[in-house]
Amino acid sequence: MAMTVTKPGPAADTAAGPSRRAKNFKSRVLIPYAMLAPGIILFLVFMAAPIVYTLVLSFQKKKVSGLGLGKGSQSQVFAGFENYVSALTDPEFLGSVLRVLLYGLILIPLMLGFALLFALLLDSRRTRAGSFSRTAIFLPYAVPAVISSLLWGFLYLPGVSPFHFLARQFGVALPSLLDPNLVTFAICNIALWGGVGFNMIVMYTSLKAVPSEIYEAAKLDGCSEIQTALRIKIPIIAPSLVMTALFSMIATLQVFAEPTTLRPLANSLSTSWSPLMLVYRDAFTRNDVYSAAATSIVIAAATFIISFLFLRVVQKRAFGQEN
Amino acid sequence: MRKSFRAGAVAMLAAAAMLTAGCSGTSGTDAGSANDPNQKVELTYWAWAPNLDKVVEVWNEKNPNIHVTVNKQDGGDPAVTKLLTAVKAGSGAPDLIQAEYQKIPTLVAADALADLSGTEANETKSHFPEGVWDSVTLGGDALYAVPQDTGPMVFYYRADIFEKLGLSVPTTWDEYAQAAKAVHAADPEAYLGTFSSNDAGWFTGMAQQAGASWWGVDGDAWSVNIDEDPTNKVAEYWGGLVEEGTIDNKPMYTPEWNTALNTGKQVGWLSAAWGPGVLSGNAGATAGLWKVAPMPQWDASKPSTGNWGGSSTAVTTQSKNAEAAAKFATWLNTDPEAVQALVKETGVYPADNAGAKSALTAAPEFFSHQPDFYEVVADAAQNVGSFTYGPNVNVAFNAYNDQFAKAAQAKQKSAFSDAVKSMQQVTVEDLKQTGFTVK
Repeated sequence: MAMTVTKPGPAADTAAGPSRRAKNFKSRVLIPYAMLAPGIILFLVFMAAPIVYTLVLSFQKKKVSGLGLGKGSQSQVFAGFENYVSALTDPEFLGSVLRVLLYGLILIPLMLGFALLFALLLDSRRTRAGSFSRTAIFLPYAVPAVISSLLWGFLYLPGVSPFHFLARQFGVALPSLLDPNLVTFAICNIALWGGVGFNMIVMYTSLKAVPSEIYEAAKLDGCSEIQTALRIKIPIIAPSLVMTALFSMIATLQVFAEPTTLRPLANSLSTSWSPLMLVYRDAFTRNDVYSAAATSIVIAAATFIISFLFLRVVQKRAFGQEN
Repeated sequence: MRKSFRAGAVAMLAAAAMLTAGCSGTSGTDAGSANDPNQKVELTYWAWAPNLDKVVEVWNEKNPNIHVTVNKQDGGDPAVTKLLTAVKAGSGAPDLIQAEYQKIPTLVAADALADLSGTEANETKSHFPEGVWDSVTLGGDALYAVPQDTGPMVFYYRADIFEKLGLSVPTTWDEYAQAAKAVHAADPEAYLGTFSSNDAGWFTGMAQQAGASWWGVDGDAWSVNIDEDPTNKVAEYWGGLVEEGTIDNKPMYTPEWNTALNTGKQVGWLSAAWGPGVLSGNAGATAGLWKVAPMPQWDASKPSTGNWGGSSTAVTTQSKNAEAAAKFATWLNTDPEAVQALVKETGVYPADNAGAKSALTAAPEFFSHQPDFYEVVADAAQNVGSFTYGPNVNVAFNAYNDQFAKAAQAKQKSAFSDAVKSMQQVTVEDLKQTGFTVK
């Protein structure tokens, strides 16, 4: 391992003279690209090609003649921006976006707040049973969202829920979390349960990377644990806070598994509750892959723009000291 | 170490050789002419009915020249999605597929099903109830599938609880409403049934009983007849019961519903001939307590019922041996021995009239205390009205899920009527948008 480490410096630069062009071409172009090839090919085949195909589909539509039965009665025709116009003017799409915005407004601050709190607690000097707590908090992240939604769904249903059973023993009637006005919280809770652990690990890891001299200096200056956390730790790990916030925002826009799994259990979730559910419904329930493609492109573009704007706004503050 | 590696490599090579041999063998028969009776034919059959392969074994033993292989599918929806993809791709479809009746127009629209009207399958018309035959011909001259099983709707109820409450079995919908009131009054947690926004097929069956047929063909145009008297009558009836609170508003097939079936909080279930399988699976502890009765009627002098579920055997347009496939489909669904095996192995209610009569003698195990079980079901099967499905059943059913979920949650009779109007509107708009002519 040690042998592969080369010391960068002026010697390496002087070796790159014009007389060694052929060798340079090989070592500077051929070998790196050959090594990158698997990644590039995988990206082209599994990312770029589907995106291009989705784009192509989004400008098409199905056209039927007569009763639409039998051979040749259905064809694919160019639709222009028709699918985009109907996606953007669809009240169901707008409704799903608003629901997901509310969901994100509730979920993201809670999730990042808990993650930060747990990370700081685990990092503090007085923590006991640290590795056990860390694993316990992280573990739910390893449970697939469909499974956790099923588990929580069982706990939510008043007829089978142990919480409702216990409450009934004490003569209290709990409201059902699957009611239309509470179901957003029910979904938030599942996402929170599964997501806090992952975000905590990211923050905790960057806390561990902070050089301990800083803490020692702070301690000598008479800084308390809470002051250290607020004035030193949080500002230092700001980049990881930005990153987890960005990931959470993207995950929020793409929420799908939790509401889809809960939907058949109650009347309060429609098949177009979130934007991705709407895409799924159009593509696979309504067999209209064309408008589903257009809606996906709109969602992808919106995700990109929101991420970009968010980074633009917070980047200066978070990464300022690094440049 | 090295030796075992070599042995492994040899085994893999052998396996690869066998695989290639298998492939070339299949393509060899595919290329063969279907007209030569001595030519060996290989057919693949996508189906999801449990144990169907055992019925197919009977065929394979008797017909060495037409060998059928069952390829087990996850269910009706995934199989159709796969078939539509294969048709679009131009290859990969099986010879035969198990197709639910409501999926046939969608499959025909995508040119996925072969017309069997020129084969021996066309001679089986007399075997099936008229309404069922209509759904495989779409009311025209073509024949797109051979009916396999049906789901005539009947009423299951907890005989023990009915007896305890002194209730008699409701024969009309008015009596059903009174019984629902009585059940709920005796135990505020108990209901005679639930209105399920998850099960579009269930509501379709009840609309069919009331005389609805949601689609129709008029020359080159489709008509959509959801927002009409029969469906509105059914929706308002259930909306009224849900608004009163005498009928539950939660979906079926949830853990909560299963528990309620087990604990006697769901005292009845409007379901189909295949109900015993579900009841024994989901509420096994209640064996011996349920009984079956005909559906409550709108007009007791003109008994009728609807259909919930059921499927057919169709031949795909990619089959190179459509003739042989049609022969098999005909045998599977009309031959007395095959129908007997279907009943025994897969537990379906066969569409074949004569077969049903001779094969269904003993009541299913869960209902062994009610010897006349199949007499009740057979009477119901005679009264299934005809119902035309259109090319966008999926859209209408999806609209049912969303609109009736809202209505059931709102617990208002007026919301149920609005839901029917929305279903009509969504279904018509979708047809127009795709370019169908709608009357």
